[in-house]
Amino acid sequence: MIRTSLAVLALLAGSPLLAQQSTPTPQPTVAVPADEGLSGSVSDESDWQDLGIAIPAFATNADVPTATSAGSTGALGYSLAQVITANLKNNGLFKPVGPDSLPRPAFEEVRTPSFDAWSGRSAEMLVQGFVRPGDGDQLLVGCYLYDVALKQQLASAAWQVAPGDWRRAAHKCSDMVYARLSGESPFFDSRIAYIAETGPKDRRMKRLAIMDSDGANHRYLTTGQTTALTPRYSPDYKSILYLSYFNGQPRIYIYDLERNSQRLLLQSQNPLFAPRWSPDGKWVLYSMAIAGNTDIYKMPAGGGAAVRLTDTPGIDIGGSFSPDGSRIVFESDRSGSQQVYVMNADGSGQKRISFFGGRAATPEWSPRGDQIAFTHIAGNFRIAVMSPGGGELRYLTDSWQDEAPTWAPNGRIIQFFRTARGSGKASLWQVDLTGRNERRLQTPVDGSDPAWGPLRP
Amino acid sequence: MAKSSLTLTAVIAASLALGACAKKAPQQLPPDPGPAVSTGSTEGTSTAPAPGSQADFVAQMLGQDTIYFDTDKFNVDSADQAALQAQAAWLQKYPAKRASVEGHADERGTREYNLALGERRANAAKNYLVSLGVDASRLTTVSYGKERPVALGSDEESWAKNRRAVTITID
Repeated sequence: MIRTSLAVLALLAGSPLLAQQSTPTPQPTVAVPADEGLSGSVSDESDWQDLGIAIPAFATNADVPTATSAGSTGALGYSLAQVITANLKNNGLFKPVGPDSLPRPAFEEVRTPSFDAWSGRSAEMLVQGFVRPGDGDQLLVGCYLYDVALKQQLASAAWQVAPGDWRRAAHKCSDMVYARLSGESPFFDSRIAYIAETGPKDRRMKRLAIMDSDGANHRYLTTGQTTALTPRYSPDYKSILYLSYFNGQPRIYIYDLERNSQRLLLQSQNPLFAPRWSPDGKWVLYSMAIAGNTDIYKMPAGGGAAVRLTDTPGIDIGGSFSPDGSRIVFESDRSGSQQVYVMNADGSGQKRISFFGGRAATPEWSPRGDQIAFTHIAGNFRIAVMSPGGGELRYLTDSWQDEAPTWAPNGRIIQFFRTARGSGKASLWQVDLTGRNERRLQTPVDGSDPAWGPLRP
Repeated sequence: MAKSSLTLTAVIAASLALGACAKKAPQQLPPDPGPAVSTGSTEGTSTAPAPGSQADFVAQMLGQDTIYFDTDKFNVDSADQAALQAQAAWLQKYPAKRASVEGHADERGTREYNLALGERRANAAKNYLVSLGVDASRLTTVSYGKERPVALGSDEESWAKNRRAVTITID
């Protein structure tokens, strides 16, 4: 059995990260009709939410040194199971039990679990895996999901990863388990860009920073010499669009993650704000203020002539494409206060969709297309979602100041930042679409403007 | 020179009297000569700042280097007009000086909108200065949105002080 799996892997050894599923997982349910809303898809109202999952340490055929931060293959097997357990636990998914309190299966048991022993531990689901040396200094990580009562394998996959990417194997395994059991699309193997903040309230240093979806592999990209704001990952993860001040003027830069350098995307005498990618990465939206009037523009990401999309007096700013790229949701105060509008990608058909009282700001279209997350301001600043038609308002948070939602790649979780009254300290938070699983994301210093990237390729 | 200055003072006094309506920020204009604004300020009266310098501008303006706005608003009201007239008079006196108008917003707004709102406020102040005869080419605007508050509380009084446009002359 294992030999078969390895043979499959060998065929694909040229690729840096292999994703070979021997059991097909259900296709992600991407096409949800816009007007269907959340019916039947609120995560923790589903039965699977209560599934007990045992995640023992991953087995290895021989405990040998690796080039990873986790240590030998034996230690790495333990760490892999820990990362998977933490992923599920921190996101309020299932009832995971991790390697700390479970016996470690032998290498031979990985594909032939002792189902009776596991059912005695009242585990309904079992995640087992192995780790062993791969080609060169690479590592092979296998991941298997079993239904203990049915004594049946539900899914399996194996990946060959570079030592520095070992956590990705744990995220891929988490994604496999989550997707197979929930029927949702995966999201763990993704990254987050945000603004790291330090210093007193009137002189905050604001730096561009990135991290994995679980906060690991944290890195600062800019030094804080200039104020950086509002980052967005490119769809291919190769670069980040963001705003930075240059000689007192906000301009739009692209940080190239492969070359570790930044370049100016757009230069103007006028202040530039709110850069955004199109879903295919071919276009960049931005907002530009001319003599007190801010409008939204669209330009090719590689450079070229810009097209002005809005032309009403007032502040038209931001913008987020629908997943198919055909429409843009944005905010405008043309009616007298910040409200959310939708237009076609060429700027035609502009139409207000928020009619809730108060102000509505920072709209972000779900990657599933079925929801728009935004900041609703009426007293408190609250994260809320609505349908693309402007109906079905639902609040997800209620705090003094929550703003700037960003979607998980699967459109089931939202991150945002929360500002504390008085101190002005900002922190990153996330909440699922039920509004019940809310938690703070740990960052080395204060954080704002989170931007969740897509699932990694 | 002296005569026009006197005339202007009279105008300002009248505007202040008229403009003391409900609105607005610091009740106690002019504020304490706090350390934050005046970069090159001097102690007491022993050494006056060099005429035509930013320090001189700050000293002369007595707080009127800054104008204040209502929540989400960017209109220049009578108190603002008086302040901008004082600024314009100083700028006319030193025609070689350039200035930057910095627009700001309070913390009770979303980040990107506040950047645009600060720009709009800076621009409103600039436009009024231009209407008073200051050459537009001498004035630039910049917005810091809610990123650079001067008052650090989370209360109406602090927010009123932070919704502002500050003119800074360039030495």
